Parts: sequence; structure tokens; C-alpha cells
Amino acid sequence: MNLLSEAIDWLFAAERLSGSSPVPLRIGEHLLYTFVAVLVAAVIAVPLGYLIGHTGRGRELAVGLSGAARALPSFGLIILLVLLVGVVRAPLAAVISFVILAIPSILAGAYAGFEAVDRRTIDAARAIGMTEWQILWKVEVPLGLPLLISGLRSAVLQVVATVTLAAYVGLGGLGLYIIAGLALRQFDQMLGAALLIAALALVLDALFAGLERVVVPAGVSVGRKGFRPTSNRRRAVMETSIESGRG
Amino acid sequence: MIEFRSVTKRFPDGTVAVDDFSLVLPSHKTTVLVGSSGSGKTTLLRMVNRMVDPSSGSIEIDGEDTSTLEPVALRRRIGYVMQNSGLLPHLKVLDNVATVPVLNGVPRREARQQALTLLDTVGLDRALADRYPSQLSGGQQQRVGVARGLAADPNILLMDEPFGAVDPIVRDELQQELIRLQRELGKTVVFVTHDIDEAFLLGDQVVILEQGGRIAQVGSPTEIMEAPASDFVASFIGADRGKRALSIRKTEHGFILVDGEGRAAGVLVGTADAG
Ligand SMILES: Nc1ncnc2c1ncn2[C@@H]1O[C@H](COP(=O)(O)OP(=O)(O)O)[C@@H](O)[C@H]1O
Ligand SMILES: [Mg+2]
Repeated sequence: MNLLSEAIDWLFAAERLSGSSPVPLRIGEHLLYTFVAVLVAAVIAVPLGYLIGHTGRGRELAVGLSGAARALPSFGLIILLVLLVGVVRAPLAAVISFVILAIPSILAGAYAGFEAVDRRTIDAARAIGMTEWQILWKVEVPLGLPLLISGLRSAVLQVVATVTLAAYVGLGGLGLYIIAGLALRQFDQMLGAALLIAALALVLDALFAGLERVVVPAGVSVGRKGFRPTSNRRRAVMETSIESGRG
Repeated sequence: MIEFRSVTKRFPDGTVAVDDFSLVLPSHKTTVLVGSSGSGKTTLLRMVNRMVDPSSGSIEIDGEDTSTLEPVALRRRIGYVMQNSGLLPHLKVLDNVATVPVLNGVPRREARQQALTLLDTVGLDRALADRYPSQLSGGQQQRVGVARGLAADPNILLMDEPFGAVDPIVRDELQQELIRLQRELGKTVVFVTHDIDEAFLLGDQVVILEQGGRIAQVGSPTEIMEAPASDFVASFIGADRGKRALSIRKTEHGFILVDGEGRAAGVLVGTADAG
């Protein structure tokens, strides 16, 4: 309890804004790394996931690779990549490992979103004369969006927690306080920074939860009775949440 | 006119869904394909708009071999109505109906205007235009499906058990509505069902199918009832029993018709003209 109040004191001390290592700067760095990594991961994983979801091919491979990527220890990966690309390009190494970390959830969200669309809806779209592109953009993308956002949400949470490690290779972010605090045995600072990271994660999670709700297509949300999950859809939804291993 | 010429469909897993099927489907008439589940009805229907391509043989529409036509363009000029309406759940009723004209390049406003008129055509209240499919009853959804099938004013309308999933009262209504529509529009309708009563009610030409799309008998309802081509047909249409085996019974006050079980089925009011 004592430590907690010290941590809170640390958080609200004047130097947090004015000192040599202001909190807003560190939050900015933290968010920047998070968003760059998730953005790059999305650019890679969304088209790939859509391809898998639309064609139904390559799914086993994606699940396997995603599982392998998830099993990688993030810290080890960062160190390995720093050694590989050189210490001067440490930011690149860090971002690459965050990207690798973010890809599985986004990939799963993208293809599960497509798989969750009723096969009969897609069949009907094709039968009335939509091209494959039109089926993709006018049917699968809008109907699959909630699950994609859910995948992005998991990815953001994983990355925002892991970006803390970036400080180990001298890149700043909120993890800096923790490393510095560890060296100086300043536990108020370490706990204060940990609370900040947790708060940041919660805010981001809430934002994405809201977004997830907003993107549910109107016709799907109005008549829940029309949104009877087929066994296929239920399976897809379950797999995303399992595969993205939230928590 | 649609013509199947020795059409066979073998699926990659080896199932022969349709085996050497030949048939002419006259223009502006309703041809009903009727048979039990798995007899190849859906496969036959979907070969008309190239949702399925035959393994051998050919299908001609007004003398044009469909294998030479681009599938997407072909599908846009053929209406398609399926059992579970197949409406896009994220689009409003009006936009569902307007989908194909919009794909064909009709300006959205104009397509929506036409779609409103189509709602009248299929007997739907215009107030439903802004609803989503999930806010409609099953019967209403099927009407929207029919409106969408008619939206591009196709010559051909393919219907795959469109009334199979609605309750009997609504089904009667929809069947009567289709008969009325067909009188007005005169499309070339290909209608698939497993219900022989529906087939006799709607079909100008009825095709009774056995497994593998083998034709047991083709003819008008009258021809088939008069002279079932085989025991299979006789039993399939129930000519030998039940409500289609009617006989005249003399009562105290006149004559009534009774079915195979001896229940009163109707009265004789005279003789109708052929047709
Ligand atoms: N895509 C497919 N792959 C393999 N077999 C199929 C496929 N579609 C249909 N079949 C098989 O072909 C036969 C005819 O099917 P279908 O045309 O759907 O019959 P119906 O509509 O009369 O019930 C069935 O045995 C069915 O299992
Ligand atoms: Mg069928």
C-alpha cells in the first residue's frame, strides 16, 4: 500500500512533465512504436488473411505459422534481431519483432471474419453476378470487419505490452522508467510506469472495443435474430479468440 | 428457349449428379424440375447460369452455347432466387433489390426508383424498403428475393425451392403470387422443388427426376396424371393412393368426389375445357 501511494506520488510529481524524461514524450514513443508495428503487421496480414479467407486455401499453414510466431519469446527475438541487423539499427530490429508478434492475431481476425460470413450469402452474391472482387469488397469485407477489428485489438494489446521491452535496446518508451528504476532500485518509479502502461492498454482496449461495435453492419446488429451463428461462424469466432490468445 | 444437350456433371469427388440429361425448356413457360433430394435438381439449375459447369454436353440459351458466354455477364441477365433468399444482410431491402442493376451500371437513384416499383410488383409494402433482411418475415424475405431476381428484367428466372422454408399458408400465398406474376411477365421460369403438388400447380412443363438427373417423365401436369410413364412416376405423384386417387361417390343429394382414403375431397361442378 505504501509502495502504491509512492508510485502514485511519482506519477503526479511535477518532474513527470518538466523533467529530462517527461511522461508525454515516453507515452508518445510507446504509442508510436505500437502503431507503426501494428500498421506494418496489418499491411502484411490483412491482405494475406483476406486471401486465405476468400479462397479457403492456406489456412493450415497460416494457423501453424501463427502458432509458431506466438511461441517465440519476444525479448529473445528482439535481442536476436538487434544482433542480426546491428546495434545502430536497433529500432528496426525492435519494430520487426513487434510486427512478428502482431501478425498472428490480425491474420486470424482477417480470415476468421471472412469465414464467419454465411456461405449461402456469398453463393447468392456470386449467383446474381458479382465478380470475385465485388464479393470481396461488397460482402466479405464489410461483414468480416468486426472480427478483423477484434484481431487488431488483440494485436495492439500484445504489442503495447511488449513495447516495454524496447527500452532494453535503448529505444525509450515507458519501459525506460522500469529499466532505469530497476538499476537504481527506485520501485516507486517502476510501479508508476507499470501502472501507466496498464492504463494505456486499458484505454486502447476500450477504444477498440467501441470501434468493434461501431463496425458491425447495421443490418446485422438490428435484428439479432437474423444473426444466428452457423456452426461455421461460431467455430471461426471461437478460433479467433483462442488463436489470438487474449490475456 | 433453354436446351440441355447430353449434359453430364461429375463432381471432383466422383459423384455423378447429372447423367446424360437432355431437355428443351420452352420460352415464356414455367418448367418445374421435381424430384427427391439429391436427384440433381440444384445442379441442373446452376448449370444454366454457369454456377456449375457441365463435365460434358452443352447448354444453349436461344441457340447460344453458354460455355462461350462470360459467367458474370450471363448471371446478371438471369434472375436467381434461392431457398433462404440469399439477401445481403448488411444492405437494406431496397439496395438488395437494386444490387444487380447497380452492378450493371444503372445510376443508384434510378435503380432505387425501379426497386420501389418492383416491391409493388411482388406485393410488398413500400414501407419495408428501408428495413434490413433480418427485420422481415421469411415470406417477406422470399418476396424480396423474387424482386431482386426480377430487377434486371431478365428473360430467364431460376428458382431453387424458393418457397421450401416458409409455412404452408405463406407458401400458398407466394405460389398464387408467382402464378399471377408469371401471367403478367411471361418469363422463362425454371423452378426446382421436391413437392409434386407445387410442381403441378406451377408448371407448364413438369420434369420428374430420378437420381442422377435421369428423367422419369416430362409433360404437362395433365399428361403426367393421365398416363404416368412408370410405377416410379405413379407412386411419386401419388396417383395410386391418397388425395390424387379420386373417385365419385353417390350420396343422398347428388355426387361428391372422395380421395383414396374415402374422405370427401370436392364436388363435381361440370367438365372444364382442356388448357
Ligand atoms: N459441389 C458438390 N460436390 C460434390 N457433390 C455434390 C456437389 N453438389 C452436389 N453434389 C451431389 O450431387 C448430387 C445432386 O445434388 P443436387 O443437385 O444438390 O440435388 P438436389 O438439388 O436435387 O437435392 C447429390 O448426391 C449431391 O450430394
Ligand atoms: Mg437442391
